[in-house]
Amino acid sequence: MSNQKRRESVEGYLFAAPLLVGLVFFSVIPMIASLVISFCRYDIFTPPKFIGAANYTDLFHDPLFWQSLKVTAIYSVVGVPLGLTLGLAVAILMNQKLRGIAVFRTIYYLPAVVSGVAVSLLWVWIFDPSYGLGNVVLRGLGLPPSQWLSAPSTSLLSLIIMSLWGVGGGMVIYLAGLQSVPQHLHEAASLDGANVWQRFRHVTLPMLSPVIFYNLIMGIIGSFQVFTQAFVMTNGGPVNSTLFYVLYLFRQAFNYYRMGYASAMAWVLFAIILLLTLLVFRSSAMWVYYEGERKGNG
Amino acid sequence: MSVNSASHSKTQSIARAGTYTLLIIFSAVFFFPFLWLVSTSVKPDSQIMVMPPKWIPNPFMWSNYSKGLTFVPFLSYLRNTLIICSANVVGVLISCPLVAYGLSVIPWKGRDVLFYVILSTMMLPFQVVMVPLFAIFTKLGWIDTFLPLTVPAFLGNAFFIFLLRQFFMTIPKDLLDAAKIDGCSDFQTYRQVVLPLAKPVLATVALFTFMGAWNDFLGPLIYLFNQDKYTLSMGLAMFSSQYGSYWGMLMAVSTVVTVPIIVLFFFTQRTFIQGITLTGIKG
Repeated sequence: MSNQKRRESVEGYLFAAPLLVGLVFFSVIPMIASLVISFCRYDIFTPPKFIGAANYTDLFHDPLFWQSLKVTAIYSVVGVPLGLTLGLAVAILMNQKLRGIAVFRTIYYLPAVVSGVAVSLLWVWIFDPSYGLGNVVLRGLGLPPSQWLSAPSTSLLSLIIMSLWGVGGGMVIYLAGLQSVPQHLHEAASLDGANVWQRFRHVTLPMLSPVIFYNLIMGIIGSFQVFTQAFVMTNGGPVNSTLFYVLYLFRQAFNYYRMGYASAMAWVLFAIILLLTLLVFRSSAMWVYYEGERKGNG
Repeated sequence: MSVNSASHSKTQSIARAGTYTLLIIFSAVFFFPFLWLVSTSVKPDSQIMVMPPKWIPNPFMWSNYSKGLTFVPFLSYLRNTLIICSANVVGVLISCPLVAYGLSVIPWKGRDVLFYVILSTMMLPFQVVMVPLFAIFTKLGWIDTFLPLTVPAFLGNAFFIFLLRQFFMTIPKDLLDAAKIDGCSDFQTYRQVVLPLAKPVLATVALFTFMGAWNDFLGPLIYLFNQDKYTLSMGLAMFSSQYGSYWGMLMAVSTVVTVPIIVLFFFTQRTFIQGITLTGIKG
């Protein structure tokens, strides 16, 4: 190794040093520990006791585990495609040279910026069955009032509606994608006699597919990690109709101190996310179009 | 030609009117919850439980704010939140660009392996490491302090390192070579050439970090027990579990917690959206 190379190696390690320490202490060690703990009975206060795969087999016989998986899956399957479509629709509306468009962009993006407990409380009040804004709107549309979060049949749907309020985050990314679709492609398609829908279907959509792909993966990962809304707004109820996976995991860990069980749940979650992401990646060859090393000009 | 363009501009103006209509309808849908928040926050109790609702209350109940903010040690929550937020911003700004530079500009053995390790930790859900981290922090005696919520930021954040690395890769090599020829060491090149160029991305990183820490709930919920240590989101959650039906007061406090973020967003919007479009990553 030449002197120059050796010096660069040392420098490389020096620059990466904080990360290496961080990786070891906050990722690698905890990850290994988590895997070990998932095969133990462990309550933090007494030393862990090895119990083999019992936590994992228990999971399969735990109806609440299946319930939490079901709730999360429904939220994901219904919410993610709705969010993707709505985000794209709004982005297309926004992608025109109109006066005052920046104001609209701000309004649409704002809900994605504010999140957390305050917004969760706001939506509890919006979903109030007696005096909430939700039923004011339904009444205005001539529809019967809903029980929203208070009824098991509508609680999950209410949370999905709330999640759609935040589509602005995805919208901004679509917008960047839309603005990097070369104008000459649209013009060429027009000359060939393509109408608006055909241009959307055969020009915009393929050119945008990498962005859709990105938003899809982020959407899936996000929906499997829902916690704050469920904890603050419904605490899993009524009758476990909003018992999200991470909420149940949190209860096992920090209410019942069943750390082994919670760790096993975490690994199952990781496996599910990994599997879904791989699946989306595999399928992406069929529908995602990459145009070489094209650089967007934002 | 002129006839053609006239009819063309007519369909165009119809399309434009249609677009505006849709944009305004959507805006209303997106904006109404905010109006509802602010409107409720200044309502007297007697006007909250009315159907149909009154959007503009009479009289304005400003005391919802003073009462709400004194019911709980709001200032102490605010102080705690600001301490955690600023420590995170400082930590991330020190560590992430440094690491990203090491991972993009300097060629060294094992660099790409490390990069892929970082990418894979981005896939790792926090829940996997949550339990062992809690055990480690308990052993270190860090529970019920701000340390678990701030120290990790000083050791890098996979997401932001990735973001910054992607940006550093676009810096022309000639520029860096020129600095080298002028006698800059790697660290000098980093400080005097790369960092100034990266200002917009760094601003984005700082903003996302601040907002993430401001809104974080799971972290404080796990690590903080004593009420003196609570953050705004923790305090707000506790407040609502105790006074859940005082909607006026609750919305007043929620407004106070939300407004700083909105103001921050308004002033930094350009940086914010530039950052996102530059990198394709949302908050």
